[in-house]
Amino acid sequence: MEIAVLLKPVPDPAQYDKIQIDPATGILVREGLKTVINPEDKHALEAALQLKEQYGGRVALIGMAPASAVETFREGLAMGAEEAFLCSDRAFAGADSLATSRVLAAAVKKAGPFDLVLSGSTSADGGTAHVPSQVGELLGFAHLTHVIQFEIGSDGLASVRTKMENGYRESRGRLPLVLGIRRELNTPRYISLMGIMAAQGKPVHVWSLDDLGLDKGKVGLAGSPTQPGKLYQPDMKRKGEVLQGEAWEVAQRLVGIFRSTGILG
Amino acid sequence: MAEKRLAIWVVVEQNQGKLASVSIEVLGQAARLVETASALSGGVAVVLLGDQVGDLAEELSAYGVDQVYWVDDPRLKHYQNDSYSGVLQRLVEREKPDILLFGATGAGEELAPTLAARLSTGLAAHCTGLDVNADGQLVMKVPAFGGRVLGEIFCPNTRPQMASIKPGTFTVPQRRAGRGEIVREDASSLLLDTDIRLTTVDVLQSEPLGLPLEKADVVIAGGYGMGSKKNWGLLEQLAAELQGAVGCTRPALDEGWTAGEHTMIGTSGKTVRPKVYLGCGISGAAHHAAGIKDSGVIINVNRDALAPAHAYSDYCVTADAKKVVEALLEEIRRTKNEKRGR
Ligand SMILES: Cc1cc2nc3c(=O)[nH]c(=O)nc-3n(C[C@H](O)[C@H](O)[C@H](O)COP(=O)(O)OP(=O)(O)OC[C@H]3O[C@@H](n4cnc5c(N)ncnc54)[C@H](O)[C@@H]3O)c2cc1C
Ligand SMILES: Nc1ncnc2c1ncn2[C@@H]1O[C@H](COP(=O)(O)O)[C@@H](O)[C@H]1O
Repeated sequence: MEIAVLLKPVPDPAQYDKIQIDPATGILVREGLKTVINPEDKHALEAALQLKEQYGGRVALIGMAPASAVETFREGLAMGAEEAFLCSDRAFAGADSLATSRVLAAAVKKAGPFDLVLSGSTSADGGTAHVPSQVGELLGFAHLTHVIQFEIGSDGLASVRTKMENGYRESRGRLPLVLGIRRELNTPRYISLMGIMAAQGKPVHVWSLDDLGLDKGKVGLAGSPTQPGKLYQPDMKRKGEVLQGEAWEVAQRLVGIFRSTGILG
Repeated sequence: MAEKRLAIWVVVEQNQGKLASVSIEVLGQAARLVETASALSGGVAVVLLGDQVGDLAEELSAYGVDQVYWVDDPRLKHYQNDSYSGVLQRLVEREKPDILLFGATGAGEELAPTLAARLSTGLAAHCTGLDVNADGQLVMKVPAFGGRVLGEIFCPNTRPQMASIKPGTFTVPQRRAGRGEIVREDASSLLLDTDIRLTTVDVLQSEPLGLPLEKADVVIAGGYGMGSKKNWGLLEQLAAELQGAVGCTRPALDEGWTAGEHTMIGTSGKTVRPKVYLGCGISGAAHHAAGIKDSGVIINVNRDALAPAHAYSDYCVTADAKKVVEALLEEIRRTKNEKRGR
């Protein structure tokens, strides 16, 4: 089975509390944040590797990111993918989900053909959850996202369980498919030393706008139907009154607060 | 009478004959926009797809809606992105609304981006604020980096302008007097058999037991700092005493201490706005904080005086959460007994 995994390098979500907006310029300050594989994409990659173990074939990583993200793709190769395709061009900067999906879909076509495209369901930074469906549409593949379980038979028929509020939906469809994977699906494997060594010899292809044959007006900020405006940092600060004393004293104060808000008679 | 232009469409969601509450929440925002935005001319329409859902069309018409587009067909019994987006695409291309709003549910998060890709237009995800500016453009406020940052998004050059809204972001509006017109659309011209590549074979939904988190006046939230499943039991006792509900952070969920994912609060979980929120052993990461910011009184117990949660609290307790919860239980039970004794 030929499988593409959409892998997005993102700033480490454990460090988002350090992100600030420069009050003078209104620009995002996120210096020193480590870049990691988008957490859910590891679950997508794990699923792809398991399918490869079951059916044979290859797993290719595809992403759009600055060229400096090569190291993040190496991590994906160290987990067990065969090769990586990194779409990197100044013209791609500032892309919204649709402009991103155009690049990713073009790369999937060029690197393919693939039977299956797996992605995370949501990225940690932008977090639109749009890309799996939009890549699916642009490829002309059927697609499902928020996938929490799936099986693909040797006849190419897939049974896919997607998460809904307080439950799930079970769908059937034929390959080729795009599936957006949630973290509930599996536990991603650890990267082994052997894997890291093997990854050094695996190919990482870097593709530009011209390589993909895309129109400059359809990618990046210029090709994005949505345009960003002002940035804010939500102001959540409250009065922060400190309640001191022994636990029983604090408990008495809290009961007083519960009474005054009417939640306790 | 000139036909009323329908500027904003809300694509509502029904599952097995029941409306998703987020659909009504979004309708409230649509009605607010047409009433308050002077640069926007036109009314609100809802689009309802399903099989034998005429009663839902009736119900929907009572929320400040001018028109209900109702498409009824056995093939639309369950949501499926290819059949639903086929119908919606044809309707939108025919009627050309300015604005299209969705609930960001599991299904909505497939349907909205699918349609945006087909229409080559812009979609803003998980809006926490919607407004119309003086030029008549929709201003969509969206969170990034787990809610640490909010940004405005516009869709200047293409139509419709599309936005999705997570359940619980806005409150449910009141029903109104008067009702909109219900227009039953001919499904056979909107849905083609060739649209359908996927089939839904089963849908399973069950309301979790107990008081839903988002309806509770008191939310007792626990984090990784609660330390064990046994200590978690104290939170459940406290919630029971206060007739509230227990919420959790992701690490507490991952530890297996909680009642399940439906109790997680934050960007990937629920938004709550109780009268009182009490956080116990929660650091206060942006991912969690984004889900509680509209709460009445926020109290946090954390043994670290510098925990970020303290910065967004009305009351801060720097102490062991287990000890404070135990003392609270004792105090509440004592005062209840006193009352009974009197
Ligand atoms: C894409 C993504 C989405 C996410 N979505 C969500 C979400 O929706 N909701 C969510 O909650 N998280 C979410 N997270 C996780 C989030 O980033 C934080 O990791 C999480 O909120 C932290 O949970 P916590 O406060 O329980 O744990 P920790 O950050 O580990 O904090 C534990 C706190 O307990 C305190 N403590 C320890 N012992 C005690 C004690 N005995 N008494 C009192 N205090 C004590 C510590 O001082 C510490 O502040 C998400 C993460 C990612 C990557
Ligand atoms: N720039 C990108 N490169 C590779 N994959 C991406 C990119 N953006 C989004 N994706 C994929 O799409 C998923 C959902 O992303 P998003 O729509 O941004 O929330 C991610 O988990 C990735 O698998």
